[in-house]
Amino acid sequence: MARAAAGAGPPGIGAWLNVNVGGWRAASLLLAAVVAAPLLVLAASSLHPDARVWQHLSATVLPGLLRNTLVLTLGVGSGVLVLGTGLAWLTAMCEFPGRRWFDWALMLPLAVPAYVLAFVAVGLLDYGGPVQTALRRWLGPGQWLPPIRSEGGVIAVMVLAFYPYVYMLARAAFLNQGRRMLETGRVLGLGPVAAFCRATLPVARPALAAGTALALMETLADFGAVSVFNYDTFTTAIYKAWFGFFSLTTAAQLALLLLAFVALALYLERRLRGRARYEVVLRPGQDPRYRLRGGRAWGATLLCLGVLALGFLVPAGQLAAWAWEVWREELDSRYAAFMFNTLTLGAVAAGATTFAALMLSYTYRLRPDPLTRGAVRVATLGYALPGSVLAVGIMLSFVWIDRRLGGWFGHWLDGPLLTGSLLALVLAYVVRFLAVAYGPVDNAFERIKPSILQVARCLGAGNLEILRRLSIPMLRTGLVSALLLVFVEVMKEMPATLLLRPFGWTTLATRIFELTSEGEWERAALPALTLVAVGLIPVALLVRRSAQA
Amino acid sequence: MLRITVLILAALVGPGAAAVQAAELVVYSARNEQLIRPLFEAYERDRGVTIRFVTDKAGPLLARLKAEGASSPADLLITVDAGNLWHAAREGALAPVRSAVLARNIPAHLRDPGGRWYGLSVRARTIVYHRERVKPAELSTYEALAEPRWKGRLCLRTAKKVYNQSLVAALIAHHGEAGAERVVRGWVANLAAPVFSSDTKVLEAIAAGQCDVGIVNTYYYGRLLKKKPDLPLVLFWPNQETTGVHINVSGAGVTAHAPHRAEAVRFLEWLSGEQAQHLFADVNLEYPANPAVQPDPRVAAWGRFKADDLNLAEVGRLQAAAIRLMDRAGYR
Repeated sequence: MARAAAGAGPPGIGAWLNVNVGGWRAASLLLAAVVAAPLLVLAASSLHPDARVWQHLSATVLPGLLRNTLVLTLGVGSGVLVLGTGLAWLTAMCEFPGRRWFDWALMLPLAVPAYVLAFVAVGLLDYGGPVQTALRRWLGPGQWLPPIRSEGGVIAVMVLAFYPYVYMLARAAFLNQGRRMLETGRVLGLGPVAAFCRATLPVARPALAAGTALALMETLADFGAVSVFNYDTFTTAIYKAWFGFFSLTTAAQLALLLLAFVALALYLERRLRGRARYEVVLRPGQDPRYRLRGGRAWGATLLCLGVLALGFLVPAGQLAAWAWEVWREELDSRYAAFMFNTLTLGAVAAGATTFAALMLSYTYRLRPDPLTRGAVRVATLGYALPGSVLAVGIMLSFVWIDRRLGGWFGHWLDGPLLTGSLLALVLAYVVRFLAVAYGPVDNAFERIKPSILQVARCLGAGNLEILRRLSIPMLRTGLVSALLLVFVEVMKEMPATLLLRPFGWTTLATRIFELTSEGEWERAALPALTLVAVGLIPVALLVRRSAQA
Repeated sequence: MLRITVLILAALVGPGAAAVQAAELVVYSARNEQLIRPLFEAYERDRGVTIRFVTDKAGPLLARLKAEGASSPADLLITVDAGNLWHAAREGALAPVRSAVLARNIPAHLRDPGGRWYGLSVRARTIVYHRERVKPAELSTYEALAEPRWKGRLCLRTAKKVYNQSLVAALIAHHGEAGAERVVRGWVANLAAPVFSSDTKVLEAIAAGQCDVGIVNTYYYGRLLKKKPDLPLVLFWPNQETTGVHINVSGAGVTAHAPHRAEAVRFLEWLSGEQAQHLFADVNLEYPANPAVQPDPRVAAWGRFKADDLNLAEVGRLQAAAIRLMDRAGYR
């Protein structure tokens, strides 16, 4: 049965259950502190503003950057929301030719890093690219396509790269609520569109919001894709301050400003959602799907195929073509090590991050007091920071810890403990991707009725037992989603990996960096394609999971 | 459970805690792996010294050096562009090196007057034009590309690339800020298309007919030529009557807290010698910094030119001013 309950949420399961949440809370606060440390380090470095750089930036480029960032955020936000929700509805609720296949195939663009998609799009569609060159040969000189290196182009590429976040979460939400919400709306006299908007969407809202938030944070943090388009966003200013004016301080200040912006947006979303809570009880089995017929059915197939082609088939095909040209000179035995390193890091970091998200979310359910709430908010902001800036913040805080440890245990330690170790790298991933794991986990929690936990408590189950025997099985879909999402993200991550990896530790992503930093994109196709191929495994698992939900 | 956790932690921490051994050098490099690894391998073979390295962009590497301070394991910083080298020196990350070998091998304008960094390969940033749509007689200087006759015919790479920042810094050194700004504004007014994200894209745009002329580093031209031998593009050496072709370096400096300073200096000296100079420059079709070493035949085929002998430390110093100037002029 699905039930949407609007009204006051419970003050916290912990209060109802009257359990001791001290240990959980302490652990979660510690975790939040670890995550917040890099941000605090950056904030502390900002106490001495570099007036000259600020003045210059605000007098020349900042107004334009703010406008661009706003346009990009709105464009990508509405794009991923519409595309992700629409596709999710089609594959979750309808039946049309190829639907079973699109179920999982529409997740594939997640395996393609946004900067790769951007590079392929510009390479193919720019004036000097093969498509326009062929058009000029047939149709005569001139520009035959709208310019790809434009606002529309960059928005389109990012929508294609990031819609899977919304698609995945929305799909799970739709599968969970089934047809009943919509049909209840119809019975109450609403048309199909109105019923969808007023009954189905509100129940799926937390999922849609979480997916869109992930997509937007990724958009704000992106530097690779926008620099392929030379589209200046707020991140551009951050890097200009750092790499151009060598003012890491100003870069950190700008980054914090960006974070404030993100925090405000997230806060507004929660406020607008109000105190409404939507609890859906998981039901075994599935409702029958709406069977699309004729033109509609083929329209749906065509839409899915188009998105899949643009977001995955064409870029993967282009990468394959390039990789074919270079694999003889590029492929060697080191690739086994690259893949091993990539997979190991992905697996370890995914486990650690998901565990951290579970702990945080559970503590928050137990006792949502202001301190815990603050800890959660802080801990999930790292995703919106441009990778390099966060990486430096993490490095600075690790160096600081190493100094302290060196002071205390210098006799036993043989060099720095954290910096340059795998532990540091895994911690960095936790800091960066906690938001990615927190979204699905928290979403799954959101859908569990507190009364179930209360009943368990009445029956004498302890904290751990509730978590182990009730929450985790009920959260399984969310947990697996979180694991796999983080896995994919870690594999694609570049700046933190570059800065914090141990000597000689090369992953597929750092290999891509080595080749692209001097513009050798064709040679980079091999590691990029390998990354996409390896990324397909978790993505495929992700979809199978959500299909079973 | 606890035991497993401890084991995992120990495994994770292991590589970081491993001590840096004696016959060893640690290098932080912003020059990428496939360009730098052949040199390390050759030196390891020759001298039996183990070289460990990490690669990253210059900014993060410098931040890491500064943060690690006296406890940094790094002996040598290798990076591209004089601006990055100059800044690393100014931040105190590099220590002065006095060496007769280096003084003999590396010309004065390609190294820090204080000896904190030495250029090791030279890259020339020059004009490239379309064979059919431009007569070489039309071309003369970088500055002349700002004239109205090039309206709608010029393609440039983004001002965010440090190569263009150095080029404009050199313009400031020669003409002052006002003069340089006039030139940059003229370039912007002449652009045929929004600025590109890479030199290769500029070359491809000229070849495709989107514009007629551009400014690129020569090795990008060499690389594209290798792939497409029928490329309708030709290099032009500008400013031969005046300041000379704008050049830049990739270079290196010994770090301020190098644990193996003497070894690092020996390595730096070896890098300036004939064998290493070939490896350093030829692998990327650049010019050796050591004037006694001949460039790769493919590079030599582009002809000889007079290079700007402005000290690159000056270019580094003026880079921030150059960025501000380009922001004002609307060069993105």
